[in-house]
Amino acid sequence: MLAAVGALIIVFPILLLLLNAFKSPVDYANSSPLDFPAALDFTGIQTFWETQNFPRALWNSIFISTMVAVIAVVVSVLNSFAIGIGRVRGRTWIVLAFLMANLVPQEMLFDPLFQLYDDLGLLSNPWSVILTFVVIQSAFGTYLLSSLLGTFPKEILEAAAVDGATRWRTLRSAIVPILRPTLSVLMVFFFIWTWNEFLLPLAFLNTSDSLTVPLLLEQLNGERQTDTTTLIAGTLISVIPTIIFFLLFQRTLTRGITAGAVK
Amino acid sequence: MTPTLQRPAGKAAKRPAQDDPARIPQRDASKRGYWLYLIPGAVLVSIVILYPIVRNLRLSFFHWRGGRAEEQFAGLENWIALASDQEFLQSFQNIVLVIIAMVIVPTLLGLVIAALLFDVVGRRFGAKLSSFLRATYYLPQILPIAVAGVMFSWILKPNSDGVLNQFLTTVTGSDVQINWLGGQYSTAMASVMVLMIWIQIGYPVVIFMAALQRVDPQLYEAAELDGANWFQRFRAITPPMIQPEVFVVALTTTIAALKVFGPVFILTNGGPSKSTYVPSFYAYQEFIRGTDKGYAATIASAITILVVIVAIIFIRVQNRAERKEA
Repeated sequence: MLAAVGALIIVFPILLLLLNAFKSPVDYANSSPLDFPAALDFTGIQTFWETQNFPRALWNSIFISTMVAVIAVVVSVLNSFAIGIGRVRGRTWIVLAFLMANLVPQEMLFDPLFQLYDDLGLLSNPWSVILTFVVIQSAFGTYLLSSLLGTFPKEILEAAAVDGATRWRTLRSAIVPILRPTLSVLMVFFFIWTWNEFLLPLAFLNTSDSLTVPLLLEQLNGERQTDTTTLIAGTLISVIPTIIFFLLFQRTLTRGITAGAVK
Repeated sequence: MTPTLQRPAGKAAKRPAQDDPARIPQRDASKRGYWLYLIPGAVLVSIVILYPIVRNLRLSFFHWRGGRAEEQFAGLENWIALASDQEFLQSFQNIVLVIIAMVIVPTLLGLVIAALLFDVVGRRFGAKLSSFLRATYYLPQILPIAVAGVMFSWILKPNSDGVLNQFLTTVTGSDVQINWLGGQYSTAMASVMVLMIWIQIGYPVVIFMAALQRVDPQLYEAAELDGANWFQRFRAITPPMIQPEVFVVALTTTIAALKVFGPVFILTNGGPSKSTYVPSFYAYQEFIRGTDKGYAATIASAITILVVIVAIIFIRVQNRAERKEA
């Protein structure tokens, strides 16, 4: 029972959003947040939709996260092929260098990258964020796949060599298909991690049509004249993509986190 | 990074000990060709990660106003100033509270909740309900920190628009208008901590529940026969059996806690009067509003060095523990 009560506490704020997003501003001011709306009212949602370019932010988030997920997986596979199968010299140090991408706090990257992207004209361009997070996410992928490929069945590689396959062929036709389940888990995680990122996108994306979903909501929250019901509606709408994603990939997500932690 | 999902660390550095690893047999036995595959990754990591690290480490020995201004060599001045900087020390005091909220409380609660879900709910009400509840606990982990933060700041709004104030007004009958986030340090910091616990709790729950599947059910049955009650069995068996997972959770969340930024930025913006600063937020503020980017780089470098040290200590301890087992 205790566990169920705890779960209820966890979803409670989201239920509150649902309860209050459909109240008119007058209704909201005069009722308790735990009351049901007096009548279904879409003022908040309408104001949010009209004043904010949410579809644009949604598209930006989808574009950036998809690009990062795909490119980071490709880079991870290439890196780990050289490290895990090729066992290139100095690979321990190479893995450590990649590991730094995971450890380093983002404020250490923020200013030099800001200047670099400014020089390259990439500020407020989704590719500034894509480039950055391809590296950060693929660092994790490299490190996971390298240890996986370090114990890759030798027989398969030998069979490929006997068939006269080049390294590139072996990677594409023998290794990647076997890794596919792991790669799809990685892709799901890279997507959601990138979707949720805050500090560096906040620094690099400054024009209103380059904002991602979290940035749009954060900006709305910072504007003083924002009506509370509009803010509630905006928050609820910003939660929806995550909920959909969660329902679609729930199994992959729980499998993925445990795969990383348990030997 | 946002303390959303933790990346498990300290695994890949280990390698199987056998001398005959997987390798594509080559007629010329040359490994040179493999370097080609590393080029894209190496170039990217050099530009996006290594260059900023080197640049900021170097900058920590200079004064620099930014832009076209000249850099002036400062020697150790920035580092000495940092050691006696009240705001920096305050931000580190807050990190202790952040570690309580992001590491200690979620790990302890996670142990209890995971055991309850696995043991009680899973056995009595079926695996379906327990995995549904597990998913519920996990939901905040995949919510963007900005969205979670805005949601909490709505609940904690200072005037009667805030859910908590409205609720307290209804309960007490008098008009309550507490400025939770901007009024005083204690309520502001407590609010940040509650948000952190809310976000973090699902991570240990999921990992510990998976770990519990390894534990031999006969252990529990034997303890039950010996007359141990649920809590005694939980205390004696659960933590020791899933120690490796507890360790991984502690490591990843401690590192996330040292780097925490989002909850503070969104909920309190460091206030009231800079009291809820955390190191990452301080560095960010100094880079944006400060007059000396050299000093900002010093703060960022200090956090980076600390994070690396913590990671090294944890990995060492883990390796030693594993060698003992073997």
